[in-house]
Amino acid sequence: MLTKRIIGCFDVDNGRVVKGISFVELRDAGDPVELATLYDHEGIDELVFLDITASHEDRNTVVDMVRRTADRVFIPFTVGGGLRSDEDMMLMLESGADKITINTAAVERPALISEGAYRFGSQCIVVAIDARTESDGSMQVYTHGGRRPTGIDAVEWAREVVERGAGEIMLTSMNTDGHQDGYDIHLTRAVSDAVGVPVIASGGAGNAQHMIDAITDGNADAVLAASIFHFGTHPIMDVKRQMRAAGIPMRMEHADYDDVL
Amino acid sequence: MSDPLLADLDVIILDYGAGNLRSVVRAVERVGARPEVASVPAALDAADVVILPGVGAAADTMRNLRERALVEPIREYIGADRPFLGVCMGLQALMTVSEEGGEHACLDVLQGRVVRLPAGRKIPHMGWNRVELRRPTPLFDGIPDGSHFYFVHSYYCDLAEPDEVVAVADYGTDVTAAVERGRLAATQFHPEKSGAYGLRIYRNFLREHACA
Repeated sequence: MLTKRIIGCFDVDNGRVVKGISFVELRDAGDPVELATLYDHEGIDELVFLDITASHEDRNTVVDMVRRTADRVFIPFTVGGGLRSDEDMMLMLESGADKITINTAAVERPALISEGAYRFGSQCIVVAIDARTESDGSMQVYTHGGRRPTGIDAVEWAREVVERGAGEIMLTSMNTDGHQDGYDIHLTRAVSDAVGVPVIASGGAGNAQHMIDAITDGNADAVLAASIFHFGTHPIMDVKRQMRAAGIPMRMEHADYDDVL
Repeated sequence: MSDPLLADLDVIILDYGAGNLRSVVRAVERVGARPEVASVPAALDAADVVILPGVGAAADTMRNLRERALVEPIREYIGADRPFLGVCMGLQALMTVSEEGGEHACLDVLQGRVVRLPAGRKIPHMGWNRVELRRPTPLFDGIPDGSHFYFVHSYYCDLAEPDEVVAVADYGTDVTAAVERGRLAATQFHPEKSGAYGLRIYRNFLREHACA
């Protein structure tokens, strides 16, 4: 049976992980590659790096991070942030990323989705959707890191990105993001039920129950968490054990490379 | 982390323009071998082991292999029962025909069709699925039965000869997860993306043929 995935997410600025991450085990807790290696070891199923560097003109730092990650981490990982062309995508994929994610650039030029899907395959193309449930109950897509409303309906947009070739949707609720008070179940379910590709719920993870709810009530295929693992208070395998106890199929083995090889 | 058993093995990873070979190269290096990436037919002559990785669509894969004149050399290499490992599209390309985006003739090394996954579930089949062995094989040595491996695909291999299927994963049907015939092995999942047990698949395959 296909398991549900827990995806760890790092925001990276100029090659350094932002948000206070305090792991005593790490020599350099700001190094995304060290963190990725640790998360892999701790049993994470997949990783996402979001490059939030203001200027995307110099990609060398990100490329270096992607290469070093591919050298050490043998689970899938996605890279996004400021990718605006299929050449940008190719650079990341050739450096070792398994998938790329696009958000604002896809809204501004939806053909970018089909261009990427045609050239690299849908399985590489994750479209990130930032959406807010408005006071009238509508679900609106936002761009530019959640700052700019677009007037586009989230469910309609989700259907369109899949038609254009997206292989997966990473759905972040602007209402719940950053509050650690649970995912937006209504939004997640509306999008997940509307499309035939996997949907990753994002925004609001504070504990294992939130993840259980996103999967059982929100019909999410995967849950993304940025900060809850960062302080070691919610060990990944503890969260997985709770999810499995709730009846969710989870990958429980996280064998050590050195033990197995 | 060189493995004395594997260090001298001539491991060829076939590059036919499908991109992202880096993770396969690194995985093979991580288990102690020194792979070489090659895209010319002559590379198969002296190879001890050939690995055919791949993502993307069947039609593109076959066109790329034809453009590089690799179709017949691969068929001959496998026909001579020399060690060959296919991964994901590198498995599907071995089949008789693929229904992905029309009907596309493939390498016809393994008899059967590549067909769309059954409706009713999210497609692509993406993520870690439980892999169950149908028979014991050295390919899964040291890997507990029922371990999870990472899959990303929308079509799967329906083999004419069920005995060639050594492992399956459940996704609305028994999805062919691993195939073996003589010294030919292939997986639908990505061992290079399946953590420690995934790397163990590479090591098992390489060791088996290093000792042979």
